[in-house]
Amino acid sequence: MNDAISPGIDTLGPPPGPWGLFTAYAKAASLGFGGANAWCRRVIVEERRWMTEREYAEVMGIGQVLPGPNVGNAAVMIGRRFAGLPGSVAACLGLYGPPLVMLMGFALAWDQLGSIPTVAGFMHGVAAAAAGMVIGNAARQATRLRLPWDLIGIGLCAAAAAAWFQMPLLLIVAVLGPAGIAAVVVRGRRA
Amino acid sequence: MTGAGLTGQGPDALGLFIFFARLSLLAVGGANAAVPEMHRRMVDGFGWMTDADFANAYALANAAPGPNVLVVALLGWRLYGGPGLVSATLGMLGPAWIVAWIAGGWTQRLAGRAWLKAARAGLVPVAIGLTLATGLIMSGAAAIGWTSYAVTIGAALFVWLSRFSPGWALLGGGLVGILLL
Repeated sequence: MNDAISPGIDTLGPPPGPWGLFTAYAKAASLGFGGANAWCRRVIVEERRWMTEREYAEVMGIGQVLPGPNVGNAAVMIGRRFAGLPGSVAACLGLYGPPLVMLMGFALAWDQLGSIPTVAGFMHGVAAAAAGMVIGNAARQATRLRLPWDLIGIGLCAAAAAAWFQMPLLLIVAVLGPAGIAAVVVRGRRA
Repeated sequence: MTGAGLTGQGPDALGLFIFFARLSLLAVGGANAAVPEMHRRMVDGFGWMTDADFANAYALANAAPGPNVLVVALLGWRLYGGPGLVSATLGMLGPAWIVAWIAGGWTQRLAGRAWLKAARAGLVPVAIGLTLATGLIMSGAAAIGWTSYAVTIGAALFVWLSRFSPGWALLGGGLVGILLL
């Protein structure tokens, strides 16, 4: 519909069943330091090639306007799309199960080891790098989608409003969502 | 003080479930968006836990792998043990799961409509922008000096421009942290 957002070179792999969804999400979530979104995108789009860059970004967009965790919302919808209720449940179990166990282990270990300087230094470094990973993931998504300048502007406005001005997310989505939709419609008419 | 039976001593499992279920349905924009509200009510409002306890749980959930929303599991655990963990997690994830399930069905059924295609494409930049914002907020929270920002920028460029696994950026950041932070 809109050649401004093209998926790039994407040949899709075969669609997954519940087990594939579980293992993919379990892998992404277990590796997912600093939040799971960056890893989920990488595993689903770049490694398993179940969805195009654009399809994934669109599901995340919907996940963003729904209440609750974004990646979780996307997992529910992606699981349902490929394998119905079992797929949806499998994706969520993979996404939340293994990291939950690790988090509890982590918390117990931290209570014991958190005061050791080497451990603290390592964790500070990982936290800083994880922040960079999330930023790099956003940049990589925008680059691969070849977003036109007006949509990049809307994205930057959303980032500034949330990070800088700390505006309520409901307000950001309510104002910039329609702005993005309008920009896409105008481009579609012109094309 | 609102909510029946909630005292400064801490909630029971049902109270936690209701608290997080309500919170999750307000959390448009993701789990991180709900954290300030969580803090405001759990620490300042109900007095369930101290500021330091809350900050520690949040930092751990961010540092551990997996979705950051799992901070609620840790908060529930610290408050009320195993039952607290289960009820907080189910409260935060259950209602949102149902909403996303229904929305997923709608978007599949209406997939061909022009307005839905426009809506989906138009929300993409907002989603990417909010991801960027999460990274910026995280980098501020993680920073303990200029070295932290250098690590953040290096990791961002690595993930943006290389095809290698982001795990290398995290490992590299950790090693720099041992040496310099």
